Amino acid sequence: MFKAVYNWIDERLDVAPLWRDVADHEVPEHVNPAHHFSAFVYCFGGLTFFITVIQILSGMFLTMYFVPDINNAYASVDYLQHKVAFGGIVRGMHHWGASLVIVMMFLHTLRVFFTGSYKAPREMNWVVGMLIFFVMLGLGFTGYLLPWDNKAYYATKVGMQIAESVPYIGVYLKELMQGGTIVGAQTLTRFFAIHVFFLPGALLALLAGHFFMIRKQGISGPL
Amino acid sequence: MAHGHKSDEKIVYVGDSRIRKRTNKNSVPPDYTAFPGKSEVFIPNFLLKEWLVGCVVLVGFLVLTISEAPPLGYPADPTNTAFIPMPDWYFLFLYQYLKYPYASGDYVVLGSVFVPGIAFGALLLAPFLDTGKERRFYRRPVTSALMILSLISLVYLTKVSWDHYQHELEITNTVPEHIEREEKAREAAEKGESFSAVKKEEPVALVDANDPAMDIAKAAKCITCHSPDLNGNPKAKVPSLHGIGDVYSKEELVNIVTNGNGGMPSFKDTLSAAEIDQLTTWLAKQKKAQ
Repeated sequence: MFKAVYNWIDERLDVAPLWRDVADHEVPEHVNPAHHFSAFVYCFGGLTFFITVIQILSGMFLTMYFVPDINNAYASVDYLQHKVAFGGIVRGMHHWGASLVIVMMFLHTLRVFFTGSYKAPREMNWVVGMLIFFVMLGLGFTGYLLPWDNKAYYATKVGMQIAESVPYIGVYLKELMQGGTIVGAQTLTRFFAIHVFFLPGALLALLAGHFFMIRKQGISGPL
Repeated sequence: MAHGHKSDEKIVYVGDSRIRKRTNKNSVPPDYTAFPGKSEVFIPNFLLKEWLVGCVVLVGFLVLTISEAPPLGYPADPTNTAFIPMPDWYFLFLYQYLKYPYASGDYVVLGSVFVPGIAFGALLLAPFLDTGKERRFYRRPVTSALMILSLISLVYLTKVSWDHYQHELEITNTVPEHIEREEKAREAAEKGESFSAVKKEEPVALVDANDPAMDIAKAAKCITCHSPDLNGNPKAKVPSLHGIGDVYSKEELVNIVTNGNGGMPSFKDTLSAAEIDQLTTWLAKQKKAQ
């Protein structure tokens, strides 16, 4: 049945080469924890992606209840966490996943750094990876404001003061991010849009580039 | 041919210039035979093992999620001056760093732009700074030393920042709001009450709404300004008389009604002393139900 469906599609679209490019490749021994336990350090990249998928899925469910508006944001998070069935779990996954993704990405970065895997010909993949890192930090910063409790509000205020201290453009940068002269209603909607649309879009594009390059160049050889 | 037969030429044309001779240098992943040892196919053999690792991580993650509720404090209040700001843990190193004298005040540009800019810029461009062929970290001492130094400072700054936060909580005798909120919610749940951190202004009901004093209020035209239900007129800054007993004592109310207060006229001539006494006795009873 599955085979027949596959053949039917393959006849029309010739997907076999595409499928081979994505999936049909060998995994060398030196990155396989089944052969060398210490090779678990090569798992961190995959786990980062795994947690990222969890973040995207849990985030999608959170937006079903979250209201990006200063009167209702807190109340909607409160309701989501304490009244909605499994809402606490979904918010918990998104909250702890945000930290975990940073941890995993950090470990992945260190693995790539200390195994010298960023060296030629993989320079571009390192740069894209660092851009992913910055996007993730941006997601962390914007997402922190959304529950609109005191912690969120004052942390964002501190962040804005830091942005303001940048010479010449700082003031404009701050107003652009805040959407005005204070951290308020505009800031919340702006951060919500950045957190939910802008940065995830950039993240997906960068991830596509990251994966395309690793498939094209293959994993770096043993040390 | 203009370029001759140089071997490092990216595109080598053979006869027909539209057909590229593929050199495949660096562009195709090395065949597994390029690496020594036991390779295995990605799908399904390796992927199944990787999923096992994923499952272990997922179980650990869900245990954390279920055992530790995500923190939620009280609604943001811009007038709160006592709140100790705290960014998420992975920004703490920067937060702490910016507190040092040479990274703040007059030198804030050094702290907020130059040092992080150089550090993160160097990290971003690492492959172009560390261009040697050597990959083993112990054979590239400068690069590795810089990274290890950065890691030590990251851990140190984060730790100092966290300790400072704990210290501040201690000297101000503050319980972090998300903990306080959770505690109060738990106490309320034990008593079988509902708990909400969202403050709602509950309307205060009139006490003894059928008291004869209400007729005095009507007759004396109190209701022209304070509105027929005595809820006041917030736009004209006329206060509500609901719960007025919580604001003023009877003596103060007698004084206000007799002599007027701000925009309110004196009722000395309209009402008799007995009527004022009766009215203010009733008004003093207007307290919020406990």
